[in-house]
Amino acid sequence: MARITAGLTTSHIPAVGAAIDLGRTGEPYWRPVFAGYEFSKRWIAGHMPDVVVLVYNDHASAFSLEMIPTFAIGCAESFAPADEGWGPRPVPVVRGHPELAWHIAQSTILDEFDMTIVNRMDVDHGLTVPLSLLFGQPAAWPCKVIPLAVNVVQYPPPTGNRCWNLGRAIRRAVESFDQDLDVMVWGTGGMSHQLQGPRAGLINREFDTRFLDGLTKDPEALARVPHVEYVREAGSEGIELVMWLIMRGALAPDAREVCRFYHVPASNTAVGHVILENPR
Amino acid sequence: MAGYNEAFRDIPGTTVFDATQSRLGYHLNQFCMSLMKAENRAAFKADERAYLETFPMTPEQRQAVLDRDYNRMIALGGNIYFLAKIGATDGFSFQNLASKMTGMPEDEYKAMMVAGGRPIRGNRSKSDKDS
Repeated sequence: MARITAGLTTSHIPAVGAAIDLGRTGEPYWRPVFAGYEFSKRWIAGHMPDVVVLVYNDHASAFSLEMIPTFAIGCAESFAPADEGWGPRPVPVVRGHPELAWHIAQSTILDEFDMTIVNRMDVDHGLTVPLSLLFGQPAAWPCKVIPLAVNVVQYPPPTGNRCWNLGRAIRRAVESFDQDLDVMVWGTGGMSHQLQGPRAGLINREFDTRFLDGLTKDPEALARVPHVEYVREAGSEGIELVMWLIMRGALAPDAREVCRFYHVPASNTAVGHVILENPR
Repeated sequence: MAGYNEAFRDIPGTTVFDATQSRLGYHLNQFCMSLMKAENRAAFKADERAYLETFPMTPEQRQAVLDRDYNRMIALGGNIYFLAKIGATDGFSFQNLASKMTGMPEDEYKAMMVAGGRPIRGNRSKSDKDS
């Protein structure tokens, strides 16, 4: 049977992708950001999953205001990098795992989560920047990726509790898949940041630290945090942190934090990154 | 659900992209979406007014785009992820857009971020400015 081996969270800042693509990672501004992922790159090389279920949000790339699915799972064979206004990122095409993706879709829908099934979808920086941070610049990504897009652009986004419970449903789905696969779940976005209006640039280190602590130790309490608290305390785009609860819900209650990195700033954002390992 | 939308209005300098904003800004945001295609970016750059006329936006929305007044575009229903495509078409970084919205020169905004960002204290609540 398939199993969830580990989960990780990371911010998915577009400027980080640009720094990688333009060969600027060694510059003094960027060096501390990328240094924070050195351990993780070694770690994942030694724990290579067969499949990553990558939870992210689309930033008006695949989904405009014409259709706004709350949860959308990519079931296609492949997903092309999106042109977000300056041409697609020069990164490999993302290879999906249609069989597992369809199984997760079926299992979670029967578990009463109304997933949107997507067979054609370009993937933007929300999905490709985390891959670049962990895998660098390979000719092909070293594992399959199932995109799971969450609406956090149009209000209301799903509640933290809904995300937490979806994570638990994904765990049940993966563990009932009849193939011998190592699966990771990644939650992306965050941490505190505000990209709009006169309050742009907001950072809240205390909120972020409490969130990182709670993610491992008391995720059920985090799942009760209302949207208004995210927006007030972590900035309008800090709402992306609800996606981290999908990752956490998919991991075991006693998952262990093996890596934590926090850095301010990358562009307009506080970078947060943790790795959680499931007990063997 | 009572009071859900109202609760956000106490947060200073922030517009939540709720149903009201989404209805107001539908065509403005769909115009932004069109800038994901290289040929549309070229058409927009060649004649901004004429290109904007092809979308059923309000005159105020068109003017805000021409003025590159991002706060005004947000007030008129624009969403920042959509509006960012105008900035990308202009060749500006997101940090440049952010500094424009805060009214700070870009180097000052950048220095604020390097120093740890805009502090939360004093920026939580319109009704309680000391929180």
